[in-house]
Amino acid sequence: MATKQQTKRPPELTKEKLSDIYLKMLQTRNFEEKVAYFFSRGMVHGTTHLCAGQEASAIGACANLDESDLITSTHRGHGHCIGKGININRMMSELLGKADGYCKGKGGSMHIADLTRGNLGANGIVGGGLPIAVGAAMTLKLKKKDNIVVCFFGDGAINEGSFHESVNLASIWKLPVIFICENNQYAMSMSAKRSMNIDDLSVRASSYGIPGKTIDGNDFLEVYHAVKEAKAYAKTNGPMLLISNTYRFKGHSKSDANKYRTKEEIEEWKALDPIPRLRAWLEEEKILTATELDGIEKQAHEDIEAAVEYASNSPDPSVDTILEDVYAD
Amino acid sequence: MREITYAEAIREAMTLEMRRDPDVFFFGEDIGLYGGAFGVSVGMFEEFGEERVRDTPISEAVLVGAAAGAAVTGTRPIVEIQFSDFITIGMDQLVNQAAKMRYMFGGRAQVPMVLRTPAGSGTGAAAQHSQSLEAWYAHVPGLKLVIPSTPYDAKGLLISAIRDNNPVVFMEQKLLYRRKGEVPEESYTVPLSKSDVKREGRDLTIVTYGRMVPTCIEIADEMSAKDGVEIEIVDPRTLRPLDAEPIIASAKKTGRVLIVHEAVQFGGYGGEIAAIIADSEAFYYLDAPIRRLGGLDIPIPYNPELERNAVPTPERIRETIQGLLA
Ligand SMILES: Cc1ncc(C[n+]2csc(CCOP(=O)(O)OP(=O)(O)O)c2C)c(N)n1
Ligand SMILES: [Mg+2]
Repeated sequence: MATKQQTKRPPELTKEKLSDIYLKMLQTRNFEEKVAYFFSRGMVHGTTHLCAGQEASAIGACANLDESDLITSTHRGHGHCIGKGININRMMSELLGKADGYCKGKGGSMHIADLTRGNLGANGIVGGGLPIAVGAAMTLKLKKKDNIVVCFFGDGAINEGSFHESVNLASIWKLPVIFICENNQYAMSMSAKRSMNIDDLSVRASSYGIPGKTIDGNDFLEVYHAVKEAKAYAKTNGPMLLISNTYRFKGHSKSDANKYRTKEEIEEWKALDPIPRLRAWLEEEKILTATELDGIEKQAHEDIEAAVEYASNSPDPSVDTILEDVYAD
Repeated sequence: MREITYAEAIREAMTLEMRRDPDVFFFGEDIGLYGGAFGVSVGMFEEFGEERVRDTPISEAVLVGAAAGAAVTGTRPIVEIQFSDFITIGMDQLVNQAAKMRYMFGGRAQVPMVLRTPAGSGTGAAAQHSQSLEAWYAHVPGLKLVIPSTPYDAKGLLISAIRDNNPVVFMEQKLLYRRKGEVPEESYTVPLSKSDVKREGRDLTIVTYGRMVPTCIEIADEMSAKDGVEIEIVDPRTLRPLDAEPIIASAKKTGRVLIVHEAVQFGGYGGEIAAIIADSEAFYYLDAPIRRLGGLDIPIPYNPELERNAVPTPERIRETIQGLLA
């Protein structure tokens, strides 16, 4: 795997845009660190799945999207939310189960959705989002909209029947969906190596007669380029499968003894941390100075502290709301 | 008034809504040129074309999920599951996705989809093509569940279901598809969640739905002519959310209640009806225990006589009524 960023920088990646991308990657990392801390202290209940280590994949893909493009996300979805432009204060509120959270405290980490910005939601069911992405693309087609759907899922989900059914249906109807498998090498404790008889998961695309490509998901620019190309392709030709190779730094969910992987392996991947890699490239290319980059890092830290402050001061939902929102009028 | 079949009434409802609202579209297995496994959608492909009447591969999970995904992004899909038994394969998408989105997302999503599917035994198709699994759906908050018993109700309820902003499971009755009834030509709605007294009577209440409604009406008419017994028949039509009031009112009036459905009795929908009546003020008016008559505790068998006996037969219904009146 290449440790160096591709150096080709497209003109739309202005200094401003790249600053925002770097900020979002850092916000994601800080968000995850904060949530990990909350859980280690037992300050929130339930469970959560952190995407620390996978930021380039989530933010790099979403950097190609505007508000009317759609995404479906997964249980490991905080990066997708931030990439799609969510309000971090209200996202933190949802995590803490507060009334002004995205789901009024009824969803939690695994169900954050922001329909106003095209985020159709995280999902507690592995592979659950793929059919929904296909349906969302049907809407785009029926309404003749020039947008796409990005469907995120994991290397575990790629073995669900819903993957096969969804990619096949999208392929015959040439629906504008980019299927992005974030291959973080494990589905809970089950490694991709043990669960599949193939090394390169992108070969599965050929079963559906669509293009498939494997990318370094820890390389922001590579992800950005691949999704940019896929977006142009999907709009006219239909779906594409991208395998974004990455790694989660934390355990599967809040509790995880890491019995299924070695310290050495974790360290190897930590050397490929997407955040310092992006920083190094931004400095090398003289897009941002060290001082500017430090400023962004400080900003990201402050944003998450502010979100914690906001969420901590938010009210809990009243028990009177428990029966609300089951049915629409 | 003009008479058409139950299947034609369903087709008419879909057709009228698709003409009225460009956001309504329809997909499923063999529903296009073939016209659907039971011929319900014959001619719709010709009228609306393949964008809005879409044949699909045999992929129930993605069909149900795509309906949810299309609905939550602003269209009104109708998805047909060829036999209701096959919902097992789409169940995750129905129960964990479509039914949950609104609540789980704090009321910020709506999922206006209709899942149409033929249910019930009586066609000689045996255990995997003959079930009545309505209790499964009824158990899931967030889903609506409709089972029409007449062509008139089928058309009006389906139009309401398509316009409703929630996931609606619309269970059609295979044995009623060819049955005729009076149906106005124009568009009209029958509101969801409104139970209907299909026959008035003072001596006993039968709560039933779907294909058991016409059977029970025939028995009631016959007993009225022969014995002067007047049976009231209440058809909930929408099983979820249920309009319980007319059921309770009828139980109070007659003091004797029989619940009839084709679905397996154990754990069936009838148990909920019985409990609702027993929990209500109607309890104090009852002259006899509430009786249930549902399918036997078996998969649907193949042999015609075995199959007929797997679900409440007119003979068993009559006997149970007589027992209740004695
Ligand atoms: C249908 C289903 N099966 C199992 C689970 C339990 N579970 C939650 S996440 C997970 C692993 C998923 O792996 P992957 O798709 O690779 O995503 P990752 O967690 O690695 O991001 C499992 C087994 C579930 N939530 N849903
Ligand atoms: Mg994984």
